[in-house]
Amino acid sequence: MATKKKTTEKYSKEQLLGFYRTMCRVREFEEHAAECFTKGMLAGNIHLSIGQEAAAAGAFAAIQPQDFFTSTHRGHGHAIARGMDPNMAMAELFGKKTGYCQGKGGSMHITDMSKANHLGANGIVGAGQGISAGSALASKIKGDNSVTVGCFGDGSTNEGTFHENLNMAATWKLPLVWFIENNCYGVSTEIHRVTNTPDLATRAAAYGVDYAVVDGTDVLAVYEAMCKAMDHARSGKGPYVLEAKVYRYQGHYCGDPAVYRPAEYMEKALANDPIEKLGKKLLAAGATEEELQKIKDEAKAEMDAAVKFADESPYPDLAEVTTDVYAMDNERCVER
Amino acid sequence: MSKKITFSKALREGLHEEMVRDENVFIIGEDMAVMGNVFGVTTGFLDEFGPNRVIDTPISEEGFCGMAVGAAMRGLRPVVELMYNDFITVAADPIFNQAAKTRYMTGGQATVPMVLRCPMGAGRRNAGHHSQSLEALFCHFPGLKVIAPSCAEDAKGLIKSAIRDDDPVVSLENKLLYAKKEEIPEEEYLIPLGKAKVKREGKDLTLITWSRQVNFAMEAAENLAAEGIDVEVLDLRSLVPLDWEAIAASVSKTHNVLIVSEEVKRGSYAGELSAQIAEELFDELDAPVERLCGLNIVSPFSPVLEDENFPHPETIAKAVKHVLNK
Repeated sequence: MATKKKTTEKYSKEQLLGFYRTMCRVREFEEHAAECFTKGMLAGNIHLSIGQEAAAAGAFAAIQPQDFFTSTHRGHGHAIARGMDPNMAMAELFGKKTGYCQGKGGSMHITDMSKANHLGANGIVGAGQGISAGSALASKIKGDNSVTVGCFGDGSTNEGTFHENLNMAATWKLPLVWFIENNCYGVSTEIHRVTNTPDLATRAAAYGVDYAVVDGTDVLAVYEAMCKAMDHARSGKGPYVLEAKVYRYQGHYCGDPAVYRPAEYMEKALANDPIEKLGKKLLAAGATEEELQKIKDEAKAEMDAAVKFADESPYPDLAEVTTDVYAMDNERCVER
Repeated sequence: MSKKITFSKALREGLHEEMVRDENVFIIGEDMAVMGNVFGVTTGFLDEFGPNRVIDTPISEEGFCGMAVGAAMRGLRPVVELMYNDFITVAADPIFNQAAKTRYMTGGQATVPMVLRCPMGAGRRNAGHHSQSLEALFCHFPGLKVIAPSCAEDAKGLIKSAIRDDDPVVSLENKLLYAKKEEIPEEEYLIPLGKAKVKREGKDLTLITWSRQVNFAMEAAENLAAEGIDVEVLDLRSLVPLDWEAIAASVSKTHNVLIVSEEVKRGSYAGELSAQIAEELFDELDAPVERLCGLNIVSPFSPVLEDENFPHPETIAKAVKHVLNK
């Protein structure tokens, strides 16, 4: 039981409860969003990160307030783990005026430039690689000691941008961490059917970049690996690639029955549920079932309130359909 | 006071002044630093501004265009060069999906103040991968602004305004203009985006054009004047925003319109202008709006074939007469 001893030695109960709380909040956000989607309250599609909570919670605990990040179409968990407002995030899913992007982006485009340094989730697989590397370039030029984290999935490591930007970031020693959540599926395609290496982070070696592969269902393992990655990038050694092996409980999008996946995938996933896994460690560290249940109940109540807020919020004013296309001379540029 | 310098030196002056003025401005692209650019636009910049502000990239257009978007979102003002506008096909996502759309999709939170300089155009015997005029492509995407200067003075004044603009601006620079020497003011000046210029006043027909074709249009207009046809040449200078007031004023005076561009005619920006004039100024027109563009073909290599593929003073004069039924 070396692991148990190590865990209780390294982390206070409060720290462990903090990780637990973040994971519960992410899952509750996602489950509430799924319910709203099923009820027809949301427009469009949503892509859920249920099962991947340890990756978001572990990674974002290692990211400092001054740091920046990009996200993907499966990005709700990153926003919640970063401490962003679930009300504004949920309202964005609803296309409401009170959303992070005033309803103009939706689930795949949650962004917060003012507080969270969230440079945007993105609908284009791989686009965040360029943007995160560019933000890291800006940090290097400005000398502001911030690190940029590009979060993306296994699928985008096969985009050209992965290779182009990692090569440049490595050559220019940019303060960049790429956090790959490898859930093994790009929509329906199992990653190893289309990729020739067992791990994805190993590609970093081709560009002289340090990397690691971590169990993405173990929040503490993710946190520790991410701390190392962030220290590496912040100390001027250049980029770092961290791959977390995770499970995506749902299909690609909410409502996708995922018939392309073997039954064993979900069996393994459920046997490694990140919330239950930490729950067991917490109980061993002296927490009570009641304490854990209370955290779950609070997360549920918080997301109930987020749904209520989103549902009751107004849609954008119709006049806003043509605003914010341009920063300057918007009216004339939109007119013709 | 004025001085005579080339289009590329005028651009260089504009970039230089803005880099001195604003430390957030930096240059990134292929062969921009050590070589100082294929056309000498950034000669000497590396020594003066250092490697953090004048950056040579690998041949990774999608990669460095994406980085420019990220850096611009962080408050820097990257001036990116695509060595040829044709290469936008491999850098399309960062420009069309990211730079152009990010402001709107974030509800106005993000600003992307970058400039994408694109040498473009035919006439250098470079065939179909290095000779296109892709105005229509750049003008299509809401969120982008597009400038297309025709002379050294405008090149400098517009690039300075583009750098100061908070939106992504695409600068279309015809390669055959770079070496052209022209008078520009000695003192610092800006030319605002979205302001066309009447290069020649006339009363019989409005010839709307931009970039290199302005020179051909002027030559055609002078030749036609000898035949008693008085052509007004309107140099748009900016395609987005469009100086509609200038177009409407000129068309309301001449009542005849020819639009000249080097684009493939099908789906051209010239076609967009034609549609807008037909829709909104129909009552002013004495004849249908006509377009003189490139053919609906791939830009050819062989000099004799390539020269068939863009307007010349002679073909412009002929087209003017056709509109005027003369």
